[in-house]
Amino acid sequence: MAENGIGARSLRKEDARFLRGSGNYVDDINRPGQAYATFVRSPHAHARIEKIDTSRAAEASGVVGVFTGDDLAADGVGGLICGWMVTDRNGENMKAPPHPALAQGKVNYVGDHVAIVIANTLAEARDAAELVEVDYGVLPANVDTDKADADGTPQIHDDIPGNMSYDWELGDAAAVDEAIESAAHVTTLEIVNNRLIPNAIEPRSAIGEYDPASDAFTLYTTSQNPHVARLVLSAFCAIAPEHKLRVVAPDVGGGFGSKIFIYAEETVCTWASKKVGCPVKWTADRSESFVSDAHGRDHVTKAELALDSDGKFTALRVSTKASMGAYLSTFASCVPTYLYGTLLAGQYTTPAIYCNVKALFTNTAPVDAYRGAGRPEATYLLERLVEVAARETGTDPAELRKKNFIPPDAFPYTTPVVLAYDSGSYEAVLDKACDIADYRGFAERREEANTRGKLRGIGFSSYIEACGIAPSAAVGSLGAGVGLWEGAQVRFNPTGSVTVFTGSHAHGQGHETTFAQVVADKLGVDFENVEVVHGDTDKGPFGMGTYGSRSIAVGGSAIISACDKLIEKGKKIAAHALEASESDIEYDGGTFSVAGTDRSMSMGEIAFAAYVPHNYPEGLEPGFEESAFYDPVNFTFPAGTQICEVEVDPDTGEVEIIKFSAVDDVGTVINPMIVEGQVHGGVTQGIGQALLENGVYDGDTGQLVSGSYNDYTMPRADDVPTYDVEMYETPCPHNPLGVKGCGEVGAIAAPPAVINAITDALSTEDIDMPATPERVWQALAQA
Amino acid sequence: MPTVSLTVNGKVVSAEVENRTLLVQLLREKLGLTGTHVGCDTSQCGACVVHINGDAVKSCTTLALQVEGTDVTTIEGLATNGELHPMQEAFRDNHALQCGFCTPGMVMAAIDLVNKNPNPDEQTVRRELEGNLCRCTGYHNIVKAIIAGGQAMGG
Repeated sequence: MAENGIGARSLRKEDARFLRGSGNYVDDINRPGQAYATFVRSPHAHARIEKIDTSRAAEASGVVGVFTGDDLAADGVGGLICGWMVTDRNGENMKAPPHPALAQGKVNYVGDHVAIVIANTLAEARDAAELVEVDYGVLPANVDTDKADADGTPQIHDDIPGNMSYDWELGDAAAVDEAIESAAHVTTLEIVNNRLIPNAIEPRSAIGEYDPASDAFTLYTTSQNPHVARLVLSAFCAIAPEHKLRVVAPDVGGGFGSKIFIYAEETVCTWASKKVGCPVKWTADRSESFVSDAHGRDHVTKAELALDSDGKFTALRVSTKASMGAYLSTFASCVPTYLYGTLLAGQYTTPAIYCNVKALFTNTAPVDAYRGAGRPEATYLLERLVEVAARETGTDPAELRKKNFIPPDAFPYTTPVVLAYDSGSYEAVLDKACDIADYRGFAERREEANTRGKLRGIGFSSYIEACGIAPSAAVGSLGAGVGLWEGAQVRFNPTGSVTVFTGSHAHGQGHETTFAQVVADKLGVDFENVEVVHGDTDKGPFGMGTYGSRSIAVGGSAIISACDKLIEKGKKIAAHALEASESDIEYDGGTFSVAGTDRSMSMGEIAFAAYVPHNYPEGLEPGFEESAFYDPVNFTFPAGTQICEVEVDPDTGEVEIIKFSAVDDVGTVINPMIVEGQVHGGVTQGIGQALLENGVYDGDTGQLVSGSYNDYTMPRADDVPTYDVEMYETPCPHNPLGVKGCGEVGAIAAPPAVINAITDALSTEDIDMPATPERVWQALAQA
Repeated sequence: MPTVSLTVNGKVVSAEVENRTLLVQLLREKLGLTGTHVGCDTSQCGACVVHINGDAVKSCTTLALQVEGTDVTTIEGLATNGELHPMQEAFRDNHALQCGFCTPGMVMAAIDLVNKNPNPDEQTVRRELEGNLCRCTGYHNIVKAIIAGGQAMGG
């Protein structure tokens, strides 16, 4: 392995600036003459806007502009869109309500945007916002996902009866019904997948700036995908033509999905910068983040797993209600459908699967992709079902899983829910996880815990996810409004250093390091001499951005394609200079040599020759940079087994995680240090969902009850243990690096592992996430 | 407007501030020291931690006028002649940061933690980090880094 090449635990390039406090986040940027924006937000979950009077605010000290939905409409600014069309089981298109960036006539959740107030200082903007008078006609609120489609529930959008965006299905209902009828055993569960609030520690922020000289806008924004933001703001919101809008997403302080989406705030700030004639800056405070960032999960599900007398799974039937919140966010519709129903086979050979999903509107913040997006919901219900089935049939949970795993020789394996898995080593991974967790020694540890009055439990989670999102034609046939390829440009500078431009945005993942390792390895240049550039639509090729664990699998593959083009060109240059036939030039690790001779040229010499083409092949273009776009041929399928061991204090209901073991197969590992870090972070978010976090709206008023760090329990250092994380590498067979993606594995796998351990300890299945001490104590009291 | 004078990262500075100006606003907006971050509005996340006379303090809940005459150190003031502080080095060596947003407050809190608890064990570090949130790392590597950084600082 080359030093700092593929497989090396290279320390991160980006750390130098972050550790010195010299990162460049959006709120660190100040533009000359900028004004500050604050948004007037709805205090009601559901209300008609009878009247808005902005006159007092407009006259207040320092105010340079106050605008409402009417002003946006007058300028033809389009509303926010959902970019994925899901087709109803009846063949109709999903129902997507209008989503104006500033409300027009009605507000539909607490935090909905009513007006923007712009002033010379933030304090003046906030003071003036208090002077905007809004008369609301308050309507009854609908915040309960399970009841959102019931008779008598308040209807949110005039033309969407039953609050239903779509009623979607996947799989063979008749085959599933028949298998369940004839099953030896059926395990049934009703579960809630709790609403989560992403909470990247950097709040969202935007600065819109209009330059009259070039008649062009620049938007600095906390985005995971600046090109997609530019496309949507241009094509749908009609802020500016695409070539007159530059979007810069500099250092971004975490995203976890919540910064994929195109929100009202950046739309309005960009538009308003031309109206008021100066840059307009907005940064969310945390309270605004809680009410206005897109939330995640929020499913209510009934599921049945059928087994034959040998313990083989014969069918799975799933019925889910998924909250969309008040509007459809940018990619909301694909989350509980194509990122959920398609994953319900898990790692198993279940031959018949049927899934029905009703996507419902509630008077809550929009729900969209949050770390894992659909796949955690699928994994949670499936892995809880499997664990309960093992208990009900008196089978060891590891053995029941092994009995039903797709065997290694069955790949490629097409599941009954569309996907074609490419590779996997499920049993070997589970065995390794059992070793690390010392599963054999568990019974003894449980007995010992009993002597101390503690209840000890162990839980498994064998998960799969579809990542490397995604083959464009395949997702297009399923309703995606975009292609999901990635772009890259690899440029040798004349002195031999390399600049890599990528469309994959980094907001904590360490692309500047991982991608440099890949390029250093491929082109035989020093890691220190590779610079990775991203996050600015004016630099480098178009890119689709970062989500769905796609950066290395799609963005990395694009970089490899560009490198391959450079090597091909390099062979032509070497053949000419070394007076050999091009077919005799061999390339290895940065050296071009003539086969069977000691004549060779280094990559640096080739690059120099390309820029100083004095002795150069006739007809060959000078210069040494190449662009590539990579469209994957399939999803990738990271999979693994995570095992959680807990102790419950029956007197207090407190749960302590004693040991958490993870074996993850993310394909080839470029930088183990970074991959392990991604797993640690994901597992912690998963433990947060299982034990601590809950987005709760008051049933009567629709107020967000858990709307601050005092109320929404973020995992802290003493809530989680030190983890045992190991890898098992089964390379992906269809991309050049053999990579699968690692960003979401922990958030997907951990929740069922934790809850299965708790239910094992309590000997009851009747507990929902988050398993707070109160809920655990109540479950024990009622068991 | 009143004026506040203090020492920041070894330099004497003074600035006009409103009565309501927070220390973090003074640092970020008046002095251009944007390494100190704001991640919440309830004094919970700790991204804004700086040292006042050597003690870790949340600069989002300190008024600028309260720090008159004090010695304030921010993340920008830790390195010496360009060399990272041992705690900064430990964070880098242990991959204790990902997006970097909580990192300045985390490092400032960590140095104070070690100053007050030399050679801390894992349990102590986890308990003492109560006032700092990280959403990326799961704390695993932060805990390792603080223990290693503490040793490098001389125990």
